[in-house]
Amino acid sequence: MTIDALRAHRVSDAWSVFDAVQAGPDGLNAFLSTDRTAVGNATGSLAGVPVAVKDNLATLHMPTTCGSKILDGYISPFEATAVRKLREAGAAIIGKTNMDEFAMGSSNENSAYGPVRNPVDRTRVPGGSSGGSAAAVASGVVRIALGSETGGSVRQPAAFCGIVGIKPTYGRVSRYGLVAYASSLDNVGVFGATVHEAALGLQVIAGHDRFDSTSANTLVPSLVPDLGTSDRPLTGLVVGKPREYFPASLDPRVAERCERALASLVALGAEVRDVSLPSTELAIPVYYIIAPAEASSNLARYDGVRYGHRAPAADLGTLYEQTRSQGFGAEVTRRILLGTYVLSAGYYDAYYKRAQAVRSLITQEFTQVFASGVHLLFTPTAPTTAFRLGEVSDPYEMYLSDIFTVTANLAGIPAMSLPVGRIDGLPVGGQFMAAPFDEATMLRAAAALERVLGAEAHQ
Amino acid sequence: MSVTPDDVRHVARLSRLGLEEDRVPSLVAELNGILGHMDVLQQVDISAVPLTAPYHAAPLRDDALPADPLLRTRETFAPAARDGFFLVPRLTTHGALEAKVAEDA
Repeated sequence: MTIDALRAHRVSDAWSVFDAVQAGPDGLNAFLSTDRTAVGNATGSLAGVPVAVKDNLATLHMPTTCGSKILDGYISPFEATAVRKLREAGAAIIGKTNMDEFAMGSSNENSAYGPVRNPVDRTRVPGGSSGGSAAAVASGVVRIALGSETGGSVRQPAAFCGIVGIKPTYGRVSRYGLVAYASSLDNVGVFGATVHEAALGLQVIAGHDRFDSTSANTLVPSLVPDLGTSDRPLTGLVVGKPREYFPASLDPRVAERCERALASLVALGAEVRDVSLPSTELAIPVYYIIAPAEASSNLARYDGVRYGHRAPAADLGTLYEQTRSQGFGAEVTRRILLGTYVLSAGYYDAYYKRAQAVRSLITQEFTQVFASGVHLLFTPTAPTTAFRLGEVSDPYEMYLSDIFTVTANLAGIPAMSLPVGRIDGLPVGGQFMAAPFDEATMLRAAAALERVLGAEAHQ
Repeated sequence: MSVTPDDVRHVARLSRLGLEEDRVPSLVAELNGILGHMDVLQQVDISAVPLTAPYHAAPLRDDALPADPLLRTRETFAPAARDGFFLVPRLTTHGALEAKVAEDA
């Protein structure tokens, strides 16, 4: 049924919704560029289906700016593997979506091209950094969009906008053509209006790619869930409830929506088991050492010589410094400085080396939980609902938006968010996490939960 | 550990970022605020964690490089090319360098 709905949503429908929601002072500002000539192929699993792509994935026919002035107007000479696969499956790539500059942010307020607004409440953020893609799906312009994740940038905006967002296992989807932020954490992810649609998008883009040395040469099973007609399709499934993701400080309304989802999983036949992942509280400090460290190296290539913006200068050193200071925004500058600091002589052992060791601890804890017979974990996606534009100004407070999502990136495991209820009209997301390469089990449980929550997930 | 204004200027130089001097104090405060939260990591016992622990979710292939699938030849992406090289804008320092080379010769 949902795939039929997907195929019924044609390019002309997308443009009519786009024209209604994008422009004007209260427009969503979800798109940075569009291709009005896109029609897609007549055949393929996504034949003629309009799809939006985050602006850090290389495309041939539209600019790839990463939400940054330093790449303003840049058009890539090649396309990302995930984009090529969508196109070959018949999809019409209708536009590139707004994002936090170089995917650095949790609210989509850090784009050089202005913030994105949440379609559910336009005074609020859509989440970041893939907020443009989330808003494109939540507003109904498209039913599938690509995003990217480094610490939760698909799942958190999916939760804030009331849609489905998937971060696959590291290596499941090629990163070729994804502009690098933190290479050991980056993933291409998928948004869908429903679990089925997100799964269909993932099915298309998953698989080995010889152009990405970290791409997994692993068989991709059928990922689109088929629940049959059973009332208890999750019989035999063990779902772990990690106590560290339900702290006493958690908003009781968020906790209640997630508890209700857990009760539904039990009604579907699953067993819910309390588990512990004690290093969870260390994840944000670890992430904000490793990610900026990798970013400080990856973003060194933006020097005004190779591509993008170039500041006029009399000598090479000044050209580098002026280009980069003019081209990068405040959050990117902060993270480059932070990353350079934690990697510099005298601080490397205290920060970077120690963070890598704690990252190994976090990964080991997940491995042990999954080895103990737990198939999936279920948690809130974010500790709050979408906050107001401009409401969070302290950088570290903003970083805490990702407190429940960064662990999956650090451990490289698949995870996803789906709507489990609303608070004062604002969506609440529930998160599944699975063992590496077990996206199929995660999607089957999510589809079953979506079926029983139904309209309840949107109340 | 505390970040000083000189530290900020130093890492900005290392990062090739030109910073206005009036931006330095706020960056000192922001970086100290963020790094203060990282101190929790100093309390963690990592003695049993091998830094070379296998990273099961990061498969690697042989480091053999396939050709980049470009649509057109590399030269067509540059504003100008000659003899297989890209032509780049002349910097003012080039003139001085050439003059010095000519003088030395």
